[in-house]
Formats: sequence, C-alpha cells, structure tokens
Amino acid sequence: MKWLWIAVIVAATTVGEVLQALGMRRHGEIRDFRPGALGRAMAVLAQNRFVIGSVIAMAVSFFAYMGLLTISDLSFAVPATAVTYVLETILAKYVLKEHVNWLRWAGASLVIFGVALVSL
Amino acid sequence: MSSEAARLRLKTWICATVVVLSNVFGNFFMKRGMPAELPNPLAYITALFQPWVSLGVILLILWMLSRMALLSWADLSYVLPVTSIGYVLVALAGRVLLNEQITATRWAGILLIVAGVALVSVGSTPQTSAVGRTTAEATQ
Repeated sequence: MKWLWIAVIVAATTVGEVLQALGMRRHGEIRDFRPGALGRAMAVLAQNRFVIGSVIAMAVSFFAYMGLLTISDLSFAVPATAVTYVLETILAKYVLKEHVNWLRWAGASLVIFGVALVSL
Repeated sequence: MSSEAARLRLKTWICATVVVLSNVFGNFFMKRGMPAELPNPLAYITALFQPWVSLGVILLILWMLSRMALLSWADLSYVLPVTSIGYVLVALAGRVLLNEQITATRWAGILLIVAGVALVSVGSTPQTSAVGRTTAEATQ
C-alpha cells in the first residue's frame, strides 16, 4: 500500500511540476510584484492549460501525500519521493529543452544521494 | 556580472528563500496536525480544517505560488537542486526544535545536499534556456 501511494505521488508530482514550469515559461517572467499586478497575472494564469493541468496533478499528489503521511513517517515519505528529481531533470532537458550542463547533473546527483543518506 | 544578471540573481535568491521556507514550515505544520488515520474521503476534507493542517495548507499554497513565480524566469533544472536545501533545514529543525539526533550518516547526507545546491546555485545562471524559450514560442 505504501509503495502504491509513493508511485501515485511520484507520477503526479513529476507531471505537475513539469507542466507548471511549461506554463510559467510560456507566461514569461513576472516582473511586477505589486498586489494588483500579481492578481492580474493570476487571472491570466488561471486560463493557462498547462497551469490548470499542473494544479490538478499537484492536488492529486497532495492528497496522496496526506494518505501516505497517515501510514508512514516524514523521514520515509520525503526521501522516497526524491526520485522525482531524476525524472524531472531528464524531462527538463528533453521536454523543456533546458541546457542541463554538467554542473546541474552533478548537483542533482549529489542531492539525490544526500536525500537518500538523510533518510537512512 | 552585468546589472541585468545581478538583478535576476538577487530576485532569484529572494524568491527561492520564500519557496524553501514556505515548503519546510508548511510540511511541518501539516504533519503536526494530521490525525492518526483517514478512514474515508470525507475525513481528508475535514482534516484540512484542523488548525495546524490549515496553517500548513496556507503555507503550501504560498509555496506553490512563489514557486510558479520563480519558474516564470528560472529553469526547472536550476530550481530543483537549489530548493532542495529545504531537506537540510528539516533535519536541522528536527535537531533544534524537537531535539532529534543527527547521525553521522545524516550529516554526510546534509553535506552532499549542500554541495549539490552550492554547485548549481553558484556555478550556473538561473536562466539558460533561450533555445527552449524560442521552441516554446514557435510551437504555441
């Protein structure tokens, strides 16, 4: 059961965060942080298909995470979901077409091993 | 470093700090307020109105909005490792607030995470994907 929750969380988080990055990239840089301008930006983003998709996926991930927390500790839940780092970095390169240089691969790898060690 | 690059870097650091802190405290309060079991779907909804869980949810909404703002200019492959410093803060908060022990293995993990964050945040600019931007616009 635990691993089913993890699978749902990992899949939903990965899809949600990549869609979020895709939607925000298409929106472009947010430069004005005054409340009115932020409100207008949110109104525009609420009609962005990628952002809508990402919110749905992250809601699925959120409720699955709640389910997981009731049957396991944070010290298991957090690192087990760190596998999303690998998937998302790969998708950042191939779907988002980012220039993932060796520093970023090295950084992501260090983080994954670090998260695994912290959870032991 | 040009003033444009400096502006982007400062903005990135401020926004990343909000992303990390809202995530760390959001998860902490959620876990603190979560009931021992959630027997049915309705229990998931009512759990959201427990005070600690509500506070956690508000912080997680702030987390999501600040992360969206950050991703509007920074690469996902930059944001991911840089915001992972949150794992270190959770471990340190456990030690300071809850008096948990940090084992040698955990310290090693913390060092690896810090090294990874430092590599990416110091060694690369937040935004490299000029090519990706053009591709995204072309397919729009």
